Amino acid sequence: MHAFSIFTRARASLSTAFSFSIILSTLNKMLEKITLVVNLPVMKLLMAGLLLVSIGTHSAVLPEDRADIMYHGYDGDGVRIDGPSFLVRKNIADKVSVYGNYYTDQVSGASIDVLSYGSAYTEERNEYSIGADYLYDKTIMSLSYLNSDESDYVSDAVSFDVSHDFFGDLSTLSMGFSYAEDTVGRNGDDSFSEEAEHKRYRIGLTQVITKNILMNVSFETAADQGYLNNPYRQVRFLTGDGTTASSKTELYPNTRNSDAIAVKGMFYLPYRAAIRADYRFYSDSWGIEASNYELRYIHPLKEVAGLTLEAKYRFYDQTQADFYSDLLPFEDATNFYGRDKELSTYTTNMFGIGASYELKHPWLSFFDKTTINAYWDYIQFDYENFRDMTQSNDGSFAIGEEPFFNFDANVLRFYISFWY
Amino acid sequence: MTLLWTRSRKVRLHRKLSIIGMVCTLIAASGCSPIKPWVKPYERQNLADPIMSFERDQVSAKYLHHVYDTREAARGAEGAGGGGCGCN
Repeated sequence: MHAFSIFTRARASLSTAFSFSIILSTLNKMLEKITLVVNLPVMKLLMAGLLLVSIGTHSAVLPEDRADIMYHGYDGDGVRIDGPSFLVRKNIADKVSVYGNYYTDQVSGASIDVLSYGSAYTEERNEYSIGADYLYDKTIMSLSYLNSDESDYVSDAVSFDVSHDFFGDLSTLSMGFSYAEDTVGRNGDDSFSEEAEHKRYRIGLTQVITKNILMNVSFETAADQGYLNNPYRQVRFLTGDGTTASSKTELYPNTRNSDAIAVKGMFYLPYRAAIRADYRFYSDSWGIEASNYELRYIHPLKEVAGLTLEAKYRFYDQTQADFYSDLLPFEDATNFYGRDKELSTYTTNMFGIGASYELKHPWLSFFDKTTINAYWDYIQFDYENFRDMTQSNDGSFAIGEEPFFNFDANVLRFYISFWY
Repeated sequence: MTLLWTRSRKVRLHRKLSIIGMVCTLIAASGCSPIKPWVKPYERQNLADPIMSFERDQVSAKYLHHVYDTREAARGAEGAGGGGCGCN
């Protein structure tokens, strides 16, 4: 029933999204007619400049038939989250490609947030998603549904995306929309139930720049409404003469709007290797601004046929939300209050290495190709205004003078992929 | 004072946008002939190499984006997403 309600409520927006393909073909026709646009207002000039490149023909291609079996593991800040993920994709009549994905997170341990106010726990999250891509001439239309379920959080989401190839295979324009509805609960409190909804709109352009360079520019805007807190997290405030503290449940605004713009590039080197470079800027109505940079190097080894090595570095930094406070001066100091470390000012540095190897063995001849893959990422989190309050809980430091929190995390991905 | 400053900033922004718009249009419409694809199909063997995919393995990329989504406030414009909270 819940999933049905999602589909019903998203239907109006999806029908708008369906018109993307019609818009694309209309734009091509408009371009043929535009000859003089100099006197148009500024925004029209900008639009015309962008649109004039959409001329040409090319046939889009559906994703390959493949299956992936993955083990994933995250270990950091006293928490271990791991589990499997299975993804299967199959083409039907070279017109439609369908896929199904099952993913699990097994959570155990206790993070700094839990240690500050609670005790260790175990939890499981299961995620199912299905989707279909439909190829029509130069356009691919994709529809997907995702359900995520854990003891205190249920989420259902639908997405619709359209991508269109043009300009002789050099350009791909894509647009998409997602709608998600969440039910938030609190373990140990059956009377607690809150709702949240999330909408996302995105547009992107992928462009071949030269025979060795590929670029992508993406923009995504998100609008959230409803209960956006974490129901377990607390904010602390000073009491009495300022030497003692108490805590209360966080209170966030019930709306959040954000914009993100990303630029990515793939560069083929003079020998057989590639570099990927990414930049993203993010800004939201809670006052958070963030940016991240990534460099990835992909190198197939000449000496060992079928072996591809990868190395990467990623840097992320963000500013705090307006209502974030590590320690409020008194209980009712602000209207909204949060002490979630993901809302504080911090940076992360990430280093990763990985390898992919194509297996060749007679008993694998049933498949077109089989690869075995292993990736390890190491992330350092450095918080600039989130203090480790466990240090004052045991009396080592005065309240509000604890050292800033930091931790390291290891992320593992190990998977086997089959093409058929 | 603030009003004047805001106004002059708006005028400057307006001028910049006008110039960008005109340049885009002039480049695209130059000579009244459409720009032709400048990388020919026979020149695309490097671009077609699997190592030039932004993400070679969807299952793996989707997971890593989920890690970012749960540990960072920023979201969007990254191509893959997930559901649920996974906040703790």
